[in-house]
Amino acid sequence: MAEKQATREAYGKALIALGAENPNIVVLDADLSKSTKTAEFAKTYPERFLNMGIAEQNMMGTAAGLATSGKIPFASTFAVFATGRAFEQIRNSIAYPKLNVKIAATHAGITVGEDGATHQAIEDVAIMRALPNMTVLVPADGVETRQAIFAAAKHQGPVYIRMGRLELPVLFDKNYHFEIGKANILRKGRDAAIVANGVMVAIAMEAAEALAQEGISVTVVNAASVKPFDRETLTLVAKEVKAVVTAEEHTVIGGLGSAVAEVLAEEWPLPLVRVGLQDTFGESGRPYELLEKYGLTKERLVEAVKQALSKAGS
Amino acid sequence: MNVIDLKRMANQIRQDIITMLVPAKSGHPGGSLSAADILTVLYFQEMRIRPDEPHWEERDRFVLSKGHAAPVLYAALAEKGYFPKEELLGLRQTGRMLQGHPDMKGIPGVDMSTGSLGQGFSAANGMALAGKMDGKDYRVYALLGDGELAEGQVWEAAMAAAHFKLDNLTAILDVNGLQIDGTTDEVMSSAPLPDKWRAFGWHVIELDGHDIEALLKGFDEAHRVKGRPTILIAKTVKGKGVSFMENAVGWHGNAPNAEQAEQALKALREEAVQLG
Repeated sequence: MAEKQATREAYGKALIALGAENPNIVVLDADLSKSTKTAEFAKTYPERFLNMGIAEQNMMGTAAGLATSGKIPFASTFAVFATGRAFEQIRNSIAYPKLNVKIAATHAGITVGEDGATHQAIEDVAIMRALPNMTVLVPADGVETRQAIFAAAKHQGPVYIRMGRLELPVLFDKNYHFEIGKANILRKGRDAAIVANGVMVAIAMEAAEALAQEGISVTVVNAASVKPFDRETLTLVAKEVKAVVTAEEHTVIGGLGSAVAEVLAEEWPLPLVRVGLQDTFGESGRPYELLEKYGLTKERLVEAVKQALSKAGS
Repeated sequence: MNVIDLKRMANQIRQDIITMLVPAKSGHPGGSLSAADILTVLYFQEMRIRPDEPHWEERDRFVLSKGHAAPVLYAALAEKGYFPKEELLGLRQTGRMLQGHPDMKGIPGVDMSTGSLGQGFSAANGMALAGKMDGKDYRVYALLGDGELAEGQVWEAAMAAAHFKLDNLTAILDVNGLQIDGTTDEVMSSAPLPDKWRAFGWHVIELDGHDIEALLKGFDEAHRVKGRPTILIAKTVKGKGVSFMENAVGWHGNAPNAEQAEQALKALREEAVQLG
């Protein structure tokens, strides 16, 4: 897996293709177009790009107004500002009236790196997931990001797409098919399952490989669609294993780990270990060093699978 | 409509506001009554709309950024024929159409869901931008309250509207001078209003928000302004038309009881008779 691409990079490219296909696509940014990678769209379709300045609340409200008049706005900024600064605009002006706004947020998670905790959204998925009418997508690589962006554009209603700054290994090929509300089983095993999304999918695949060396067979599920969550696939997977581990670059409160815990508790209770940020903010540092420091590694996942299996009594 | 007819309609809308608030037992009469003349001029003269086709793409749009004044909007929409007037009596009641604050999904004629102050104004900007992008000639109107100006989002939107040269956007500021905790000067002074808006790049028209002819002229002038948005800074009286509610802070968010309503309606009916 030599090829690497940041999900934000794939987003920028997807927007160009989408813009060519659909004249109603409009892109808004809050003075971060070089970082969020909407700058290329701005250059290609200047008449459909709105730089709203450093004013995220007005950006979300403006996007809502554009959507009432038939546009499909993609509003981009860092995940912290999108979901934090402009939360109530998203709630009351976008989610409540179910307007067709796509909130495409980049620089999510601690892999933002050096900028530190103020710029590292670790709670954005929890916040967005709590909103009625909202769809929440966390793609794992460039291929899935492109498909998620196209799927979001096709979907009627608000969508939150969480993307990152860090270059990630390309996991999927052209035959990969992403669908909102569907999880993908990337690897099948008999002992445990790791349910991951975003940055953690590639790491989960490495952990599964390492566990296989030790004779522990692990299913890996990519749950890019956090909401709607694919209850059916998770339940089927859970019935074939003894324990589950979740892996997310996000606080374990309210995000993927919680979504999985909710489904398991209601459908098929199993021992569960949630790997993610343990109710803590991040800090400045190099992305991979931070993943290490906060326990978002292959080694930690291997350990977590063993912990979960020991709780299952095997 | 001619000026006399518009005055009659404003009177009728005030009666509707009082009437619907009684069974609702809650709601906002003060800021609804202060905006009754403004909405009358908009819905019965100024705006290009089709009540039988509320989503008509070429229609002018109206955003009630001060969403708590929902009763005045609902009264105008009902009088215009967007929905039956009987619906007004279901205001704020479980399972009924008319929500406490405007809901675009459920109420014909409501162009934007509002209620959280400052937000509607940004949406109005978005509608105006969409019109510009599509080369459509529809106009967008947003009604703001003077208390609402304390919201930072208002100034983000004001800056953006001038930046994008939204001359298809007209804001109307309902300066009734009162908010929940007192006068706007006591709570959070927004003076000097015209200077602030001019400094943000807006064309400013100051007028009496209860003077139908002044409002008609103001909107006409806004049509002629090119390259920047216009704001009508409309001096109004909170509770206008109901003597015991006028300029009374306590009538911001309290509904009249049946007795108070009857007293208010009697005076409004007398006024209607005088209008002929």
